[in-house]
Amino acid sequence: MRRMIPALLTAALAVPTAHAVTPESLMQGYTAEARGNASTFDAPSASLGQQFFAKKHGEWSCSSCHTSNPAAPGRHAVTGKPIAPLAPAANPKSFRDAARVEKWFKRNCNDTLDRPCTAAEKADLIAYLLSVQKGG
Amino acid sequence: MRAIRILATVALAIATSHVPAQAADTYAEECGACHLAYPSRLLTAPEWRRILDDLEHHYGVDATLDEPTRQAVAQRLGLTSPALKSPAASTTQVTLPRITTSRWFVDEHDDVSAATFRSPAVRSAANCAACHPSAARGEFDEDDVRIPGARP
Repeated sequence: MRRMIPALLTAALAVPTAHAVTPESLMQGYTAEARGNASTFDAPSASLGQQFFAKKHGEWSCSSCHTSNPAAPGRHAVTGKPIAPLAPAANPKSFRDAARVEKWFKRNCNDTLDRPCTAAEKADLIAYLLSVQKGG
Repeated sequence: MRAIRILATVALAIATSHVPAQAADTYAEECGACHLAYPSRLLTAPEWRRILDDLEHHYGVDATLDEPTRQAVAQRLGLTSPALKSPAASTTQVTLPRITTSRWFVDEHDDVSAATFRSPAVRSAANCAACHPSAARGEFDEDDVRIPGARP
């Protein structure tokens, strides 16, 4: 019986930590991946992330839907549906779910760049979004 | 003994408070992220099937879902059998059905000008909620229609 107590405690603690994803932890994960891909990648760069965010890669840029201010609400370029702000300072739910983040990177990079984003681009982008203060 | 029961309750409470989106309405969450979670009655089952068979080419955007989520959406739309095509199988792009080109839709909106649909507040005929305030609840009563900028 006594053995059950630590087991239950572990279960209670393990569940929330599995979801304790932060923008910082995601950025660190992409940073590690980028370093593994290229020894030249040092640390994520907010200024490169900003350039990436604003740049029109083809028909679209990130700003097409998310506006040029990631702390402001966006609007879907096709349907007009409102989109919550991307910057964690303006949206506490942003970059808090790894699967959700990967789902949107896959779709949006495919739409905007016509290719997947690299780990370096993802790390830079999150660094930029973390640097954006509430109100822009 | 009591400690175990308390801990079990705590563990269960924490675990259930972290049940991810599948417990919530997957359809509203996934499809409603980009557009109104259209009521299933607005298209036929074969039309919904064509859409779900190729989410990678979804009206000009990539709307891919992981497989359990895609199946949950199919279930919600009443597509029980046969099974959906596997995502890899959809290499040839088919023309997707559009609610807004359905005969009934065109008839119902024949008094709305193209300029109204293109206006900044509406932007697209797919933006039901711009004029139908209860669209999110699946209600499109003509008496409730409020066209932005139009005189009441």
